[in-house]
Parts: sequence; structure tokens; C-alpha cells
Amino acid sequence: MTDAATTTFLGRPRTQPRGAFVGRIFEGLCFAAATALLATLAGLLVSLFIGGWPALSTFGLKFFVTSSWNPVTDVYGAAGPIVGTLVTAFLALLLALPVAGGVAFFLTELCPAPLRRPIGTAVELLAGIPSIVYGMWGLFVFAPLFAKYVQMPLMMSAPPGSLLEKLTTGIPNGSGILSASIILAIMILPFMAATLRELLLTVPSAVRESAYGLGATTGEVVMKVTLPYVRGGAIGAVMLGLGRALGETMAVTFIIGNAHGLPASLFDSGSTIASTIANEFTEATSPVHTSALIALGLVLFVITFAVLALARLLLRRQESRL
Amino acid sequence: MSLANPARSARIARRKIANYAFTGFCFAVTAVALLALAAILWSLLSQGLGGLNLDVFTLSTPAPGSRGGLANAIVGSIMMCVLAMILATVVGVLAGTWLAEYAGSSRYGVAVRFINDVLLSAPSILVGLFVYEILVAPFGGFSGFAGAVALALLAAPVITRTTEDVLKLQAATLREAGVALGAPLSLVIREILWRSARGGILTGGLLAFARISGETAPLLFTALNNQFFSLDLSHPTANLPTVIFQYALSAYDDWRRLAWAGALLIAAAVLGVTILARLLAKEPSRR
Repeated sequence: MTDAATTTFLGRPRTQPRGAFVGRIFEGLCFAAATALLATLAGLLVSLFIGGWPALSTFGLKFFVTSSWNPVTDVYGAAGPIVGTLVTAFLALLLALPVAGGVAFFLTELCPAPLRRPIGTAVELLAGIPSIVYGMWGLFVFAPLFAKYVQMPLMMSAPPGSLLEKLTTGIPNGSGILSASIILAIMILPFMAATLRELLLTVPSAVRESAYGLGATTGEVVMKVTLPYVRGGAIGAVMLGLGRALGETMAVTFIIGNAHGLPASLFDSGSTIASTIANEFTEATSPVHTSALIALGLVLFVITFAVLALARLLLRRQESRL
Repeated sequence: MSLANPARSARIARRKIANYAFTGFCFAVTAVALLALAAILWSLLSQGLGGLNLDVFTLSTPAPGSRGGLANAIVGSIMMCVLAMILATVVGVLAGTWLAEYAGSSRYGVAVRFINDVLLSAPSILVGLFVYEILVAPFGGFSGFAGAVALALLAAPVITRTTEDVLKLQAATLREAGVALGAPLSLVIREILWRSARGGILTGGLLAFARISGETAPLLFTALNNQFFSLDLSHPTANLPTVIFQYALSAYDDWRRLAWAGALLIAAAVLGVTILARLLAKEPSRR
């Protein structure tokens, strides 16, 4: 045994090739795993395209601009879900952005030190709650309250013929476009607040302190110094939130009302791409129906990919600047 | 010394008011956000605890009106998550290692890193569609394996990202010391770097586990559902998220109670795992 050990030690040429061989296999495995990730995204795109092609070739451009979704006559137009997806996601962003910003500013500048960690941790933990929980809460707790205290009063008080009346037509049962947007906003809020907070914490304290030293108020420090300092990353974080809202399935499916047409008002029932797929995919009646749903998935893929790619580019740039 | 200049004191007053408005807004929205989130947790607890009893863990999903629990769904979820985590850990750790140790600044490395970041937040329902297209449609049936693969595809990017980040945090001297002893790079990675990065990689794994255990959308058309207790992953497999979805939208009170109990179980599991991950993540700094 000692003999063998010495030869391995001195006779390096004997062990070296084996080590190099194992090393090359190991590197190859790692490379294959990395490539598998790339292949997943490529495969995702290709499979959605192949699956959706029958519907896309049957309906052509009409698939994107018409809104009749009719499994009985096998005619599918996706304008309703596409508009529903964009409207709910942007409304959610509009609602969540100021709140997320306020929470992040509160945690970085205003919060008393002993509360900073517990509240920060709570926000981060809540970002991890499964979306189906938000959906259930929306349907069973939020919707009845929303119908009673927001929808009914607004519909009653809207003067006939006004814009408010147009925006508030519908059945006041608590579900609909606006309810879905609010639930989405609550869902992306912790995530956006946590990311923004992390970004704001990267601002060097010398920068903040010199602004305070010049006599700036807290509001001025945040709006004119620290927020501009992380601008690129902050936009990236917001876009990530948007990406989540666009692709969110369960939270929306519970509460949007699941109607296929173009939503006529904020309280009208609607659908998003994800909710349509979730509701109908396993019950699709014909091959064209399945294909139309997959084509919807392709549309969602293109939209979210664009948003996420932009978000990641902005975040990467921020990271490399630091 | 008083402020004699009225224009100046007016400006200061304006700035003060603006600042009060700003801080007031921050306090108010934080309160609103925390209240909303507390309300969600409260209804989860108050509705879920009522439905929670021994039956939930020992009996399978019932027909409406009869006695039953969630045992088949819990077991199905655990089986699929564990299988998914095994797949995702192998792929994720290797891919993260490649990105950290071999990719350097090569163009392919940049591309993979970027694609991984996009996959990290890709809509999970699309992953479900993809797995349906490649595993369910061609092989003629929904199965627990397809569900596990879908979950693995969601977990792998998380593990890849954390593995890469943690490995990059390891000191260069650690690598140099290993190589100076005559070990090939692959041995240094496996025996030294992986070992010292173990805590961080474990944290990433736990976070990935937390993410997939609540995922519903990708399971709807991969694992589908199963009314009965089964350990066979090659058939449709019951899982908590799908059962919750189905039961919550049903018209039966007892089904809805089970759905709330299931939602509480999932949320508790996810929060527990996340807290565990955070505790583990803090440990290295203390040492």
C-alpha cells in the first residue's frame, strides 16, 4: 500500500490524466446542466409555438383583435383575455407602486430601529405566501366587503351618463377587473417593497448623511438623493413586479369573474390569459380549443419575456455599477 | 437670531409641510399594507384552524357530505415536491457551479445567466403548458412524474442562482490553496468549495422548496388530481394546491372547510421553510 502511495505521489503522470479525465467529465456535466436551462426556455417557446400554430393559422391576425371566444362554434378570438391581462397587471402596478415605495421608504428612513427587522422580515415572509391563499382570501373575505362598501356605494352615487357610471357598470358581486387588480396589487406589494428596500440599503451612508448634513428633509433625501441613486434597479424591481402580475394565475382566477368578452367597465367580469388557460385547459372540447389556449400561452410568454428581460437588464446594470 | 427674511421662512415652512406629507404618507401606506397582510393571515388562521383535525391527515378526500381529509393530497404533494427537489438540486447545483467556476465572462455564460434570471420569474402556468406538451400529451396521460418535472423546472433556476452567488462569495485563496496542493479544479470544487458553500446552497434549496410547494398552476394540467390515496406517480396524483382550488370553488361547505385547512397547511409549511432558510443563512456570519 505504501508502495502504491509513493508511486502515486511521485509518479504524477500516472494520476494526472485520471484527475484531468474526471475533471473534464465534471465540467461537461456542469455545462450540460447549464445548457439544460437554456434548452428549457427554448423548448418552452418552441412547444408553445407548435402547440398554438393550428389556432394561429386558422384565425390569423383575427385571433388577436376579435373577442368572441366560443367553444361551441370553435371560433376563438383572444382580445378579451389579452386586454384583461394588460389592464389588471397595469392597474395592480399602479396601486402597488406607491404603497410599496412608501413601505420601503418607511423601513429605510423612518422606522424606529427596534421595529426595522421585524417589519422587514414580515414583509419578506409575506412575499413567499402561495398565490392560491391570496386568491381564496380575495374570493371569500375581500369580495363580499368590496361589493358592500365600494361597489354598491359607487354605483349608487354615479350620476347617470357620467364617466363614473360607465366605469362602474356591472354586477356588484365583488368580483371583476378592479377586484382582481387589487388582489394582484396586494400580492406583488411585499415582493416589490422587499426588493426596493434591499436596493435602498445599498446606497452608501455617506451619500445619505451628506444630504441630511446639507439640511435636506427626509422626503427630500429619499426623493432627490437615495431613490435617484438606485433608479435603474428600482425600475427593474417594478418591472419584475409587473412580470409577476402579468403571469399570475391563481390569485386572479378566483376573483376576476371569468367572462370571455372585452371587459366593459372596472366592475365587469373579465379574464386574463393565465386564468383562461387554468380554467379551460383540461376541459378543452376540441383540438382547436386546446391549440387556441396554447396560443394564448405564447402571447403571455412574449409579453412577460419582454418585460422580464428589460427588468433583468436594468437590475444587472445597477448591480454592476455598485 | 430670528429669520428675518419672510420669503425664506415661507420656503422653509413649505418644505416642512411637504416633509410632513411625505412621512405621513409613508406611515399610512405601511400601516395599510401591514393591515391587509395581517387580515389575510388572520382569515387563514381563523378559517383554517376550524377545519383542522386528525381526519385531515388520516383520511383521503371525501365526496361532498361525507367524512374525509387531505391525506392523499398531502402525500402526493410531498412525493412530487421531493422528487422535484432531487431533480432540481442536481441540475441547479451543477449549472450554478458551471456559471460560477467555468463560465467566466464568456458570452455563453452571460446568455445562460440571463436566461436563468428570466426563468426565475417566468409565469408558472407556462411551465405547466410546456410540460403538458412534452410529457403529458405524447405519453398519453397525466402523471405525478409530469407534475414533479414541472415543479423541478420552477425550482432549478432558484438553486442555480443561489449556488452561483454562494460559490462566488468563497475566497479565491480557498481555490488557490486547493490547486496548490495539486488537486485538479474539479476536485477543489467538489471537496472544498461545495463543502464550504453548503450552508448557502441549502438555503437556496429551502427557498426553492418554499416556492414550489405552493405552486398550483403548473400542476393543474400535469399531475391533475386523484380522489384516492395512491403512491404511484405514473398516474394522476392528488396534490394539495389542486385540491384547494377545486374545493374552494365548490358549493359545498365541508369542501370549503377542507380547502381552508389545506391553505393553512401550505402557508404554514412555506413560512416554516422560509424561516428555517433565513436562520441557516445567518449562521455563517456568526462563525
